[in-house]
Amino acid sequence: MLGLFRMLRRYRDLLYMLTLRDIKVKYKQSVMGILWAILMPLIITSAGVVVKVGLATVAGRPVIAAEIVGVAVKALPWAFFVASIRFATASLTANASLVTKIAFPRAVFPLSAVASQLFDLGVAAIVLIATLAFAPIPVTAAIAWAPVLLVVLIVQVCGFGLLLSAANLFFRDVKYIVEVVLTFAIFFTPVFYDAALFGKWGKVLLLNPVAPILEGLAACVAGGRSPDAGWTLYSAGWAAALLLVAPAVFQRLEPKFAESV
Amino acid sequence: MGDVVLEAKGLYKKFKKGEIHNSLRDLIPALVKGAVSGALGREEFWALRDVSFSVDKGEAFGIIGHNGAGKSTLLKHLCGILVPTRGELAVKGRLSALIEVGAGFHPDLTGRENIYLNGTILGMSRAEIRAKFDAIVAFSELEDFLDTPVKRYSSGMYARLGFAVAAHVEPDVLIVDEVLSVGDFLFQRKSVDKMRQVLRGGTTVVFVSHNLRAVAELCPRAMLLDHGRVAAMGDTGAVIKRYMERGAEEPTGEDKDAYIAEVTLADEAGREAVQVDGRARLRATVVVAARRRAERLAVVIECRDEELYDVFNTSTQRLGREAFTLEAGERFVVEFALRLHLVPGTYHFGVYLYRYDVQRNYDTRVPARTFYVRADADVRGVVDLEPEVVRHEKAT
Repeated sequence: MLGLFRMLRRYRDLLYMLTLRDIKVKYKQSVMGILWAILMPLIITSAGVVVKVGLATVAGRPVIAAEIVGVAVKALPWAFFVASIRFATASLTANASLVTKIAFPRAVFPLSAVASQLFDLGVAAIVLIATLAFAPIPVTAAIAWAPVLLVVLIVQVCGFGLLLSAANLFFRDVKYIVEVVLTFAIFFTPVFYDAALFGKWGKVLLLNPVAPILEGLAACVAGGRSPDAGWTLYSAGWAAALLLVAPAVFQRLEPKFAESV
Repeated sequence: MGDVVLEAKGLYKKFKKGEIHNSLRDLIPALVKGAVSGALGREEFWALRDVSFSVDKGEAFGIIGHNGAGKSTLLKHLCGILVPTRGELAVKGRLSALIEVGAGFHPDLTGRENIYLNGTILGMSRAEIRAKFDAIVAFSELEDFLDTPVKRYSSGMYARLGFAVAAHVEPDVLIVDEVLSVGDFLFQRKSVDKMRQVLRGGTTVVFVSHNLRAVAELCPRAMLLDHGRVAAMGDTGAVIKRYMERGAEEPTGEDKDAYIAEVTLADEAGREAVQVDGRARLRATVVVAARRRAERLAVVIECRDEELYDVFNTSTQRLGREAFTLEAGERFVVEFALRLHLVPGTYHFGVYLYRYDVQRNYDTRVPARTFYVRADADVRGVVDLEPEVVRHEKAT
């Protein structure tokens, strides 16, 4: 793990340039340009709002503003999670020509893939914050939890990204499996709904390491409450475990990359 | 002997041949099958066997060898891309490799953006690139195209930009793999000048090439690799001589799956071509035989001048013929009709038996035949363009 940080320091320029490459290429190739960054979260939020309104109508109660805001707050990190994992998984095979020709720590590929998605998250977050300024929600000190939760999420994404990119290098169908899992994960992750909706069974849902982060973000941004300490700690535990295991596994497999890609 | 900057001690590298399971879909049935039959062994072979050498600071060291001799594998070890199965490798200082120019160029990014991207990939910091930016641009001669995406560049421009960045990395050890042939003629001269300048600046250079003339010009000392082993090392002239002999001394290739059994070079009258006219028509007949089944073979022929410079090469594959497969004991005949356009001198005719899809060289006969072009022709240089004076008078 320490090796990873030392590597990041030494190769920060490379990491920066690769991230910049991914961002530039993405926005140059599209007509919509920077709007891409908010399109995905916007679609997810819209879908979530439809679900919320639907549920409220069935239950015969009015839609609460905090619920709508909660969906938006969860949609952004979820879109970041999905895109980062997808992009990071394919990062080593997509850069195969570099992997077989130039020697530098291969971890820069999945990490820069995550970093370029982080840029999108940043753009979308600015738009969301600007919008939230007009929303009738209570802003409390609990909002200070939001950056902490985001850091936990980023660490998790980096960990999964490292592991999955290496797995996909050795077994090319890993990315299809990841794709399927990500597609259905929306059902097992409290993005459109709250875990509390399931009563006792909500806890099972929270075992998903991303779930407590999303719930926590909704609580501290839209609900004005602190996130649940126990579950947040659980997610942080995942992040810590990944931080210990993922770089070690990745570095262990690294010498085999060039022959196997 | 000065300071040793690059040292390899007893390098071994094992590769696995045959099926590689690179998807779970293949692996799982294979594991099940393996568990049932109790075997999952794959054929292994040594790509490098006991390779040891050292290069001193400021030295230019050449590595030559036939296709499949292990040159590229060795290079990838020097660069740190591959890790040896056994043995040690020590490099002092920053090492940079010119294995392929323009590595990591993105077609949608502009020349300017790609200079930064490629530069950091090659190990420079952004501050360093910023400082050398003008020099890189001037060297590439692409000032007017800096803000054009490189996908609109011609291949020559692309290579020039790539080489310009690579030439400014200023490593302690520079590894070059046949990139001197990039770009147009004038740029090539510039590239060679840059190489010499790099050498004068005290950089150590390891040069890998098929171009024996370039190796002989740049490197006083060289190493010959053969089947992953060091076959010769020392004075470049002697090593090149050994390289030429090796091709000739293994006519039957005892341990080869398929081999070149016979090579004849005859003139139009059917006599063996020894002394020929510079514009003669020749017939080259190559007989190939297989000891074990050998698949998808092609015959490659080449012609080198007395300095061993490759003046001509082609292959059955490049001439549009299907690759052929031989069963054990079978023979195959290929006959090439050739029309010479050569200037007077000595020429070496070489033959390779090669499989393109897996880049395996089965057998080599270099030189298989040597012939002389009579000195009565009135052209000099490299090729005979069959000149004729069609007008010769005072202009009015």
